[in-house]
Amino acid sequence: MEEEFQSQYGPRWSDQRVGRLLGALVCAVVALLLALIVVVFIQGWPSFAHNGLAWFGPGGNVDEQLNVISQSAETGAGYVYTFHAWPLIWSTILIAGGSVILSLGAALFISVFLVEFAPTWMARILAPVVRFLASVPSVIYGLLGVLVLVPFIGNHLISESQKASVAGVISLTGYSLMAAVVVLTIMVAPLMVSIFTDALSSVKPGWLEGSLALGVNRWRTIWKIGVRAARPAIVAGTVLACARAIGESVMLAMLSGSTAFAPNPIDGLIFVFEPSRPLAPTIVKSSDQLSSPPAKATLFAIAAFLLFSAAIFSLTGWAARRSMNKYLAR
Amino acid sequence: MTPGGPQAQTEELPVGLPGGLTEPPQPPPTNAVEGSSTWSLLDRLGLAFCWFLGLLFCAIAAAIVIYLLIKGIQFLKPSMLVTPAAAGFTEGESGGFSDAFFGTLILGVMSLTLALPTGVAIAVWLVEYGRPKALARVTEMTVEAIAGIPSVVFALFGTVIFSSAALGFLSRTNEGVVFGRSFFAAAAMLALEALPLIVASTREGLNAIPRHVREASYGVGKTKAATTRRILLPTCRPQIATGAMLGLGRIIGDTAIIVILLGATQNFSPVEGAPFPLNYLRGAGTTLTNFVYEASPTGNLNQPDKAYAAAFVLLFIVLLLNAATDLIHSRARKAGTWSH
Repeated sequence: MEEEFQSQYGPRWSDQRVGRLLGALVCAVVALLLALIVVVFIQGWPSFAHNGLAWFGPGGNVDEQLNVISQSAETGAGYVYTFHAWPLIWSTILIAGGSVILSLGAALFISVFLVEFAPTWMARILAPVVRFLASVPSVIYGLLGVLVLVPFIGNHLISESQKASVAGVISLTGYSLMAAVVVLTIMVAPLMVSIFTDALSSVKPGWLEGSLALGVNRWRTIWKIGVRAARPAIVAGTVLACARAIGESVMLAMLSGSTAFAPNPIDGLIFVFEPSRPLAPTIVKSSDQLSSPPAKATLFAIAAFLLFSAAIFSLTGWAARRSMNKYLAR
Repeated sequence: MTPGGPQAQTEELPVGLPGGLTEPPQPPPTNAVEGSSTWSLLDRLGLAFCWFLGLLFCAIAAAIVIYLLIKGIQFLKPSMLVTPAAAGFTEGESGGFSDAFFGTLILGVMSLTLALPTGVAIAVWLVEYGRPKALARVTEMTVEAIAGIPSVVFALFGTVIFSSAALGFLSRTNEGVVFGRSFFAAAAMLALEALPLIVASTREGLNAIPRHVREASYGVGKTKAATTRRILLPTCRPQIATGAMLGLGRIIGDTAIIVILLGATQNFSPVEGAPFPLNYLRGAGTTLTNFVYEASPTGNLNQPDKAYAAAFVLLFIVLLLNAATDLIHSRARKAGTWSH
């Protein structure tokens, strides 16, 4: 009896042992992340080292630079690392920024609607719809974008005179900033809605009731009290959405156009129809050049930049969500 | 009766106490809420915008499903699911996408068997053990950071570690050069991608179990480990299952890792000289997401009809996963919650 007890719950599965075992696993995962960060930065270092701060700056044609870099492995004249990533960074800022701003507005209204105003039947439809939109694979968004949205933009929204006006610089075919931003907004907004609705529905009911009792109508109550109290979660959701948006690669590789061109808002509204290519799709599109050491370093440098920004975004979101707890009824 | 009957009907809530009545008063409706008729124009416009956006989202979702359904019925032939892709100039000659279909299934199973135990273990450690506190904080940050890291970065990281000589046994090796692309490599990186979802969901489940349940178990002499295994984990099975479903959705939907760590081909390319399941798992392959990517007009194959068919199959799997998640949720809700 004693022996059986020992063998079942005894030293073999004692708390200390299990705790240490799980702790070791946790340490392994932490170590894996550290390894990832170190490996990515070390691999990308040659590219940063050769370019210095000019890596982030403008200058020259990025596509040509990438070609020269990947071919320099075979010429025997030494590796070339010259790379100025500004058009890619600018495209990332435009696409991710545009879609995050759009989806912030949309997600705020939709989560207010879901939490406060939607009739039960509508909420019962809308909540699964939001979850579904979040779970559609990005290639499907990309495919529908390529076969439906891009031809529509190319044939109906861009006029012939607009195409002619930039004919010498770039050809407008529908693969554009606009297509990328629209589809990315649909992908990112559900993520924000789920975070916002969680926060809004756990605002202390007394605060809302107090406002209602003072005669403030429900619309203003939810915006002035609910949304304000949920501000940290809104920051967190927005920042996490930024991380997702800059990391999106496959859909953007399909929709944003394949030239490293920097659309300029000063040119007027036509810039939303111009193609560009953000950082993450550049990695996917050039991944077959990984066998060339200088190209590999350049791609890892891009990855390091993405990794750094995404990590900053997600840690900010994490910190914001932690500070949320004091506002909530939990 | 309240004096002034007609006026009383316009009130939304009964005013005053209905004392000394022979017939019982109408109870106030339980869902009595203020209508929007008294609001200012701007507020009402805002609410209208809410409705517009809500309906727009529903319309987009419906459009995606219906459009792919139509295209899927139009182009999908059951034979595509059992015919491997072949070289050919027209869509009729180039076979189906069976390798992609089975690749998705294999990869889903492999990644989930890696990610699920790891994720649950991390969540259990965080909630039930969590000492030293600094390590717990670091772990939380790690999980959060993993959730935010773009999948291309994981993919590039994978190319480095899996083409190291020490891990050569997991992929194709040719005269000392490790190929680095295999189901093992892709599954490992995808598992990392799915990990945060499983951890978050399991943690939520464990946190929802009140203290007294644990104390009751400790009180009859169970160890923490036994309590976790016999009480806590069975109790939060729905949340674990939800996390697994979400993770599986992420695994199946990812493309960047597949393109970089597995793809470059539309067929299984088993490694010669390895025993049966290993030769396939060590070789390169493809999945539905990769097939859709390559078969779309921007990819290398350019077979939009087949891309639609594969996308339909993919969407169908995703819808099944969503339905399963909802089923688990509603069952768990019916089973009731803890009283604190």
